[in-house]
Parts: sequence; structure tokens; C-alpha cells
Amino acid sequence: MNYHSPSSFEEASAIAAQAGGTTRFLAGGTDVLVQLRADIVTPDDLIDIKHIPGVKEIARTDGGGWRIGVAVAGAEMTECAELCADWPGVVEGMDLIGSTQVQGRATLVGNLCNGSPAADAVPGMIAAGCTVTVTGPEGTREVAVEDIPTGPGKTALAKGELITAVTIPARGENGGDAYLRFIPRTEMDIAVVGCAVNLRLDGDTITEARVSLGAVAPTALLVEEAAQAIIGTTLDDAALDALAAAASAACNPIDDKRGTIEFRTHVAGVLARRAAKIAYARAKGENA
Amino acid sequence: MTKRIHVSTTVNGDEVDYLCDPRETLLDCLRDHLGVMGVKEGCGTGDCGACSVTLDGRLVCSCLVLGVEAEGKEIGTVEGMADGEVLHPLQRKFIEHAALQCGICTPGILVAAKNLLERNPDPTETELRYWLAGNLCRCTGYDKIIRAVMDAAAEMREAS
Repeated sequence: MNYHSPSSFEEASAIAAQAGGTTRFLAGGTDVLVQLRADIVTPDDLIDIKHIPGVKEIARTDGGGWRIGVAVAGAEMTECAELCADWPGVVEGMDLIGSTQVQGRATLVGNLCNGSPAADAVPGMIAAGCTVTVTGPEGTREVAVEDIPTGPGKTALAKGELITAVTIPARGENGGDAYLRFIPRTEMDIAVVGCAVNLRLDGDTITEARVSLGAVAPTALLVEEAAQAIIGTTLDDAALDALAAAASAACNPIDDKRGTIEFRTHVAGVLARRAAKIAYARAKGENA
Repeated sequence: MTKRIHVSTTVNGDEVDYLCDPRETLLDCLRDHLGVMGVKEGCGTGDCGACSVTLDGRLVCSCLVLGVEAEGKEIGTVEGMADGEVLHPLQRKFIEHAALQCGICTPGILVAAKNLLERNPDPTETELRYWLAGNLCRCTGYDKIIRAVMDAAAEMREAS
């Protein structure tokens, strides 16, 4: 295995583009090292991107949003009070991943590119409308987070391409987001269902919404019908029922030891309802 | 054979260096190249916390860090806790409360608990339990460990 520590994303991309065998990018390493250890993936070229300037930075964008470096660990996001105030749902999704030790290393982009349908950080990013910057041999492009995963363990990134940053939009006025997941214990487990809701209010009425589900399909989903079910409402009981029905209808889950198809489909509706209530309360400026 | 890489780093304040294969974990480098045996291998996949160390003050599993990544970093292990023959209050309280049996998980838990108390000298029991959720103990159970850490925290607050 060749270990590379490039000092720019262009250099990292060029190494990956020219590599003949298996290539992995290394940021937090909480997936790559487990795969290495289990002999699931033994890269011929391992490209450590932590020596590239800016990868550990959490910065405000000019428009009032956020730019999260690709090596920013979950714990660093949780410790950023302003980020937590703007996007609690995005942060709580990341914060649910693993132990304190894993939080010291694991990253948003690693969670996204590992391609797990149950990735806890992904629905929150999709609901928030996050994009990622992708650099490759053909140049740089901006891609919506929901367009990165294409199936379990698979992404839309081509050979030589890598993600160089995550952009979270400006929070703006009267907005709130939330992420909830179901696991059969209280900590350190893989989501059986995850749901993120992000919305904006005008008075009591929802004017914008995005709803995303995790662990109920081959990739995390952006569920347009679920958003439509609550836009224009005050999140009354009828709207919550419609939201839950739309969330359940969008599910296409697997049946396994952690949850049956029927259970996951039902819980998707329950979590959508609860996450929407939290997001609504947060948009109102209430602690939730 | 893969070319070995020279790494210079700091372990418990001492400057050290080693040659390692890029596939070797920091855990293996600490134990096999530097003889830092307080770092234990449990699962090797980041689930059990026995190999917990601090890397530039951040608690991590050393089995999920490559040896080459330690270049220029500061590593803290259980060996850095006692001051000569004088045990750290956490170590003393673990003995007083009998918060260990086989001892494999103990160094990792001590390092993790010390890191928490440096950030938050007065944690609630719930905060402590969540903080230590990634440190598994298969013999003592957790109550004695939690009591030992809470007691050490109280003593350290009084002393400061």
C-alpha cells in the first residue's frame, strides 16, 4: 500500500486518477481502517487528505451559510455553538455516529462517501439542502448531497474525483431542522430508520420544507411528497397524518434482523411526524 | 514489501520516532515499535475503546488511526497519567472502588475519563455514561467505574 499525503485537492485528484489499483481517500479513517483491518478493502493507494489547507475548518460563507472542511470531525461540529444554533438537525445527525472516540475522527463526507443507506449524517444534510464541491480531472462541480449516493456502498463520484467541502445554506429567518433515528438501544447502533425535516415558517404556516429518510431504501431519500404534505399548513393533525402517510409510502426497505419491512415503513411515518414537530418548534425559536 | 515510513511524534511529552509500514495502526506502532503497552488491543475495529489515546488532545481509538498519521502530533496514553510514583486521582479511585477486574479495558477508560474531566470537571452521571459509551468492560460492569470517576471528579474539584 502506498501512502500519499498531497498538499492540494488537485494533487489528490491526480494521484487517484493515475492510480491503477484500488484507491481510498483517508480523512477520519473510521470506515477505511475497519475495512483495511477486515481485509474487505486493501487499497493499493491510500490518499490522506488531512494535509490539504482548510480541511479542518468550519467557516461562514459570504451568504451566511457554512462551509465544512472534509476532515472536520463530528466532535468539532458539536463544539461549534453557532453551527449548532443554525443547523441543529445537521449536527445531531453527525453526532449520533459512534462513540466519543469515533466522534473525534469521523467526518460528514466520510459518512456520505461510505455509501451506507443508514448513514446518520446524510438525511440531515439532504433536508438542509447541502451541496458538496467535487474536484476531479475534468474540473470542479457542485453537487446536491442527495445525488452522491447511488446504492449501498456506491457513489456518483468518478475515478479521480473527490469531495473537497460541504456547503450548508444560510439558515435564514424562521427556519428549523431536526433529525431522529430509531435504534433498539440508546447509543452506538446503526439506524433502522432515520428521518430529517427542515422547514421555514411565515407566522404559523410552513412555507418551505424538505424531508429526507434514511435506512428505508438503497440510498437516503429526498421525499418531495412528504414536504408537500406540510407546506401551507400549520402542522395540524391532518398535516401530520398526511406527512406520515407520504413518508411511509416512500419507503422501499430491506427486511433484516434489525427491522422488518412493515416495521421500518411504519416507523418512517412516526419519525417524520416527531421530527417535523421538533423542527417546527425550533423554527418558532423554542428549545426542542 | 511496502516501503517503511519514518514518523516523528510525541508520546506523553517525550519526542520519539519510529519506522512503520503505512498499513500499521497507531495502536501497533505504540505497542510494537515504542513498547507503550498500556494501550490495549480489544476489537481492533473501533468498537470497544480499549486502545483509547488522545491525539492532539482529542480522544480517539488508536486502532482507527494509522501510525503514519501521528507525524508531528501529540499522543497521550495511560502511561502519562501518574506523576512518577504518585497515581492520578482517577487511577487511585479505580483501585479504591475496585473498578476493574481483568484490566484490559482500564487504560482506555482512564484515558477517556481524564479527557472528559479536562473538558468538563463536573459532569452529570448521564454525561459520563454517554462519554464512556465507547469503552466496553466485560467483567466489572459499569457501576463501579462510574462511581470511581464521579468520586475522582469530586476530589479533583475540591483540590483545584
